[in-house]
Amino acid sequence: MTAAAEPALSPSAAAAPSARPLLAVNNIEVVYADVILVLRGLSLAVPQGQIVALLGANGAGKSTTLKAISGLLKTEDGAITRGEVLFDGQPVHGLEPEAIVRRGIFQVMEGRRIIADMTCLENLRLGAFTRRDRGQVPADIDMVYQYFPRLKERTGLAGYLSGGEQQMLAIGRALMAKPKLILMDEPSMGLSPFLVQEVFHIIRQLVSDLGVTILLVEQNARMALQVASYGYIMERGKVVLDGTAAALAQNEDVKEFYLGGGGGEDRKSFKNLKSYKRRKRWL
Amino acid sequence: MDWTLFLQLMINGLIVGALYGVVAMCFVLIYKASQVVNFAQGEFVLIGAWVCWFFLTKYQIPFVWGFLLTLVFMVIFGILIQVVVLRPMIGEPVISVIMVTIGLSIVFQALMKWAFGVFAQPFPPIFERESVAVFGLEVRTVYLVSLLVSVGIMAGFAYFFKATRMGLAMRATAFDQQVAQSLGISIRSVFAMAWAISAAVSAVAGVVVGVVNGVSSALSFIGIKVFPAVILGGLDSIVGGVLGGIIIGLVENLAHFVDSQWLHWGNLIEVVPFWVLIVILMIKPYGLFGTRDIERV
Repeated sequence: MTAAAEPALSPSAAAAPSARPLLAVNNIEVVYADVILVLRGLSLAVPQGQIVALLGANGAGKSTTLKAISGLLKTEDGAITRGEVLFDGQPVHGLEPEAIVRRGIFQVMEGRRIIADMTCLENLRLGAFTRRDRGQVPADIDMVYQYFPRLKERTGLAGYLSGGEQQMLAIGRALMAKPKLILMDEPSMGLSPFLVQEVFHIIRQLVSDLGVTILLVEQNARMALQVASYGYIMERGKVVLDGTAAALAQNEDVKEFYLGGGGGEDRKSFKNLKSYKRRKRWL
Repeated sequence: MDWTLFLQLMINGLIVGALYGVVAMCFVLIYKASQVVNFAQGEFVLIGAWVCWFFLTKYQIPFVWGFLLTLVFMVIFGILIQVVVLRPMIGEPVISVIMVTIGLSIVFQALMKWAFGVFAQPFPPIFERESVAVFGLEVRTVYLVSLLVSVGIMAGFAYFFKATRMGLAMRATAFDQQVAQSLGISIRSVFAMAWAISAAVSAVAGVVVGVVNGVSSALSFIGIKVFPAVILGGLDSIVGGVLGGIIIGLVENLAHFVDSQWLHWGNLIEVVPFWVLIVILMIKPYGLFGTRDIERV
């Protein structure tokens, strides 16, 4: 499969978050094990039908943010101690993870996390666990196979799939739940640049075809800003910068810290390199 | 050499082994779903048999109804045990959980003696004919039915885990609880369900053995024999539990044959399964089908 029919970059329908976003995270504070403060007053909004990227260095709290939204925080002894998470205007913080999945938020966890001792088909069927319209499931499995044709050829255990195929399976499994919002944690992890292209291409297609909304956490900032319409940049548990993806991609600081290069003309000379240290943190 | 005795013992072994296999499956089910080593599995068998006996003899209801009532009772019983006793133990050290199940086993053992006495009680006769002819061999009806029931349960388990939604959810929970939750599976209800199924199916085995031998506290011996079976099969493999059970059933009867023909040591049938247990632990600690994780990155 090639990325031949690659459409132009996502339309800049982005703009600022609309009046009532699908997901609104308002000033949440997250504490692990009652003592470790990880998120300190984080807010973000994800409008319907768009891809929003959440970027930041390791340990900034990106994955924690996703787990706070999906409720999986509870499985790791974490809790939201302040603030609120509104989904479709309804508060979802404090609900059990399974209740949040039923509301329509599905998290694709970091590192794929497919069920290795089941087949692809069984993994996909599991994705539809919370669905009420069970008659529709076989048709949806076919739909997933259309997006990821190579999954159909794999009849063995999912544990023997390659990394890229596992990622595709993880995304396919998320689609089977028919969620309104998919939280994607590092879909590019451990994939070759070509596969990253392919996966992101499909993610963009999913958004335009199916109208799902995606909150995307990525280390690969360049790729993420290409597909996203809006972006947030986190540092030490807070959002420090946000804007349309195009604006962020042009921002000198973002270029310098996440995209490589950048820094303007004066960076060309070694004698100016001190500026790097001075501006390393925004805070 | 007495070939009739040999054949008889092998058939015995197969029938008893299939029952071990059924109880071993129940044990593995609980272990896989909720990571609890259930030392009270044998008492589930015992309780099932006593409860069914109670319905049949005290209320004189037909066997089918008594049996179904027993299943309902055991489902509720299994859920209650999980919710009341085991759920608060989630996250506690393994050794504490094991102590709790050993405690449960002792309590139920005593409770059954207190409630129903210490003497073996026969089941009222269930089948019209004592024995039927199969390929010219006279086979006791209960044995035949017992084998059919065991095979039926095994097929039921296979279908449940392969094809049903809840079966898949249980396997997912066994594989990775966090992922299961991210898929919208309530692991609490999976735990409760595992205990309910395990208790009910163990009760079926208990009723079958009770019909053959009468009900007494000795019935919980199955719970002990299950350990060699599951260790042989691999602690977390349902198929392994079944095969382990059948192998243990055959091996102990083979030992009985050898013992009665040549050795005359007596009671080898009781001991040999545990020799197998020790040897397996020494040479193949994962058993025949125990998991070693598939890893590919």
